Amino acid sequence: MYRITEKQEIQPNINMFKVYAPAVSKKAEPGQFVIIRSNERGERMPMTIAGTEPDEGTVTIYFAEVGASSKELGALGEGDDILNFSGPLGNAIPIEEYGNVLCIAGGVFQGANYYLSKRLHEADNEVTNVICVPSEDHLFLLDEVESVSKNVLVATDDAANGVNLPELLEKVFKETSFDRVFTFGPTSMQRLVAETTRPLGIPTRVALFPIMVDGTGMCGACRVTVGGATRFACIDGPEFDGHLVDFDELISRMRYYTAQEKIAMVLHERRIV
Amino acid sequence: MAFDVPQVEMPKQTPEERVNNFDEVALGYTEEQAVQEASRCLGCKNPQCIKGCPVDVDIPSFIELIKTEKYVEAAAKIKETNALPAICGRVCPQENQCQKRCVLGVRSEPVAIGRLERFAADYERKHGEPSKPVKGERLGRVAVVGAGPAGLTVTADLLMRGYDVEVFESLHEAGGVLMYGIPEFRLPKAIVQAEVDYVKSLGAKIHLDATIGRLHTISELFESGFQAVFIGSGAGLPRFLNVPGENLKGIYSANEFLIRTNLMKAYRFPEYRTPITVGRNVAVIGGGNVAMDSARCAKRLGAENVYIVYRRGREELPAREEEVENAEDEDVIFRLLNNPVRFIGDDRGYVTEMECIGMKLGEPDDSGRRRPIEVEGSEFLMEVDNVVVAIGQTPNPLIQQTTEGLEVTRWGTIVTDEETMKTSIDAVYAGGDVVSGAATVISAMGAGRRAARAIHEYLTQSHSAT
Repeated sequence: MYRITEKQEIQPNINMFKVYAPAVSKKAEPGQFVIIRSNERGERMPMTIAGTEPDEGTVTIYFAEVGASSKELGALGEGDDILNFSGPLGNAIPIEEYGNVLCIAGGVFQGANYYLSKRLHEADNEVTNVICVPSEDHLFLLDEVESVSKNVLVATDDAANGVNLPELLEKVFKETSFDRVFTFGPTSMQRLVAETTRPLGIPTRVALFPIMVDGTGMCGACRVTVGGATRFACIDGPEFDGHLVDFDELISRMRYYTAQEKIAMVLHERRIV
Repeated sequence: MAFDVPQVEMPKQTPEERVNNFDEVALGYTEEQAVQEASRCLGCKNPQCIKGCPVDVDIPSFIELIKTEKYVEAAAKIKETNALPAICGRVCPQENQCQKRCVLGVRSEPVAIGRLERFAADYERKHGEPSKPVKGERLGRVAVVGAGPAGLTVTADLLMRGYDVEVFESLHEAGGVLMYGIPEFRLPKAIVQAEVDYVKSLGAKIHLDATIGRLHTISELFESGFQAVFIGSGAGLPRFLNVPGENLKGIYSANEFLIRTNLMKAYRFPEYRTPITVGRNVAVIGGGNVAMDSARCAKRLGAENVYIVYRRGREELPAREEEVENAEDEDVIFRLLNNPVRFIGDDRGYVTEMECIGMKLGEPDDSGRRRPIEVEGSEFLMEVDNVVVAIGQTPNPLIQQTTEGLEVTRWGTIVTDEETMKTSIDAVYAGGDVVSGAATVISAMGAGRRAARAIHEYLTQSHSAT
């Protein structure tokens, strides 16, 4: 059992947990993930690590309540226990001195992105952040991100009050040349980023989160076509060269269980199971 | 007299009944049946059966105890060399091991050793006393990676020899393939749990959610005070066919299909949260026990037509004959001498058809089996809603990648000494599927026993040296 030592409701559907898991806390690095199972009947859910506090023995995660399993997890509070918290899994993103880097993040992945930006900043990179949200009230960790970045820009889907991602990216790449791009976020956003940087020839790393079960290479559910070859996101990734990823296949595969997820959600909301 | 008396049959659920549930198919002997079967044993002076057992169970002695109705003592006799008898009694291929060598088998049927082993273990679980931790001076600390058949065997053996043993298991349940792979109807999870509990009762400390190679490396285990390490991390990664369309939705590896069904209990979705999809037509590719398990799960999950598509013939099926018969009885359709060449999907990315090609058998290959050859122009389409690829596994690379100096083969299996299971690194031993490639539960246990003996010798020698 793993104790939730701190919980913050960031937004109506997004939570932050600090979970007591000292061994994981000591070992985890940006880009790695944990597999969480909240109770006996629960799914194994992969979640990106968004920070560690080795002195307190805790690991920070942010998650959106999108289905029955994540809603059950979100219903837990400070002092409650999570049944399984397995990690760190996946490969860490190599932290090197790349030079001028652009980190692009969307939605709940603002947490994981801050963790990465911080490490890149500590490794003497010049970090620019682009945060992509439906509207400005979906921003979080903004002050923290600003503290490790040269520049933070916000793209919103709410075009009336701001600028959308394609326009913002066009502007950013016109003004500045980057040595490397990292992106955490919804897969359609990552595809847009990869398509934008491809003609510019900027190395672009995408952290992928396809459907997973065990997270250790056993099941093959997370297979992704990268450069024409099948790779497993859990052990070969989750970070890949964005210009080589078959995003159409990935997005299709991520929708595999949409019908079942809806059934589970309805039954959960009506408290049937 | 025993020569002309046939084996006592073990009662089973009827095929009509069992395809609608996940309960165990074979129901086990009653006391009367067990005594009757035990009485067929000739009690040979030079018993051949023991030579067929990878873990040296004293078979004639435990059968003699059953004959005299000392069932708990019979189980204790088995447990002297085999910590997991209720499991072995169910899943060992006895027909190729102990029973193959039984002299009765020459003229009639061999003694049903597996069924008797299962009976004794089941009886003891219900009626025996719980075991106690092994007491006395501790001889050393050993870390075991993986709580599957090999790891649990090493653990039990070393605990009984007086070591402190900690097990590091990646998944959220101990048991390895016994838990995630072999289905409930062949090996109930409550029985695996009871055997794991037995190993714990001897004093094992089992860390779940602990993936070695990520959470800790092998060298970190030594730094934290372990004096020897056993790696039993299993077969790991699923193999795919590498044909077009294999990443369409609806195509599972057998590992995924079985993990969802068994470990995550997807057959009880949505009460259990992990989903699985099973449509009308399910094709399972492969001919081993894992393929049979997948096909029989698909049937129980509601598929109308379940096919086994195998590139060789019936004679060449690697699965146990008993499992093939069980699948046949459950109306699994065998499409032998066929091989998939591509998968075709709809506009939403779900698989709808599978193109196969007919095969014929040529000359024997390295494995001694006749090599399958494609028959030109024999391509045909099969309608499929799901496909389960059950053509084997390759070892998980996490430990190999993070352990400097660990010698591996070009297939990724760990190189060990055959007798001691010692790897290229001092004090590091390995066994089970990570060494042999996918094999049987009992061969993994045999490797575990040999490793435990070698670890004990190594640690006692290094103690006396200092």
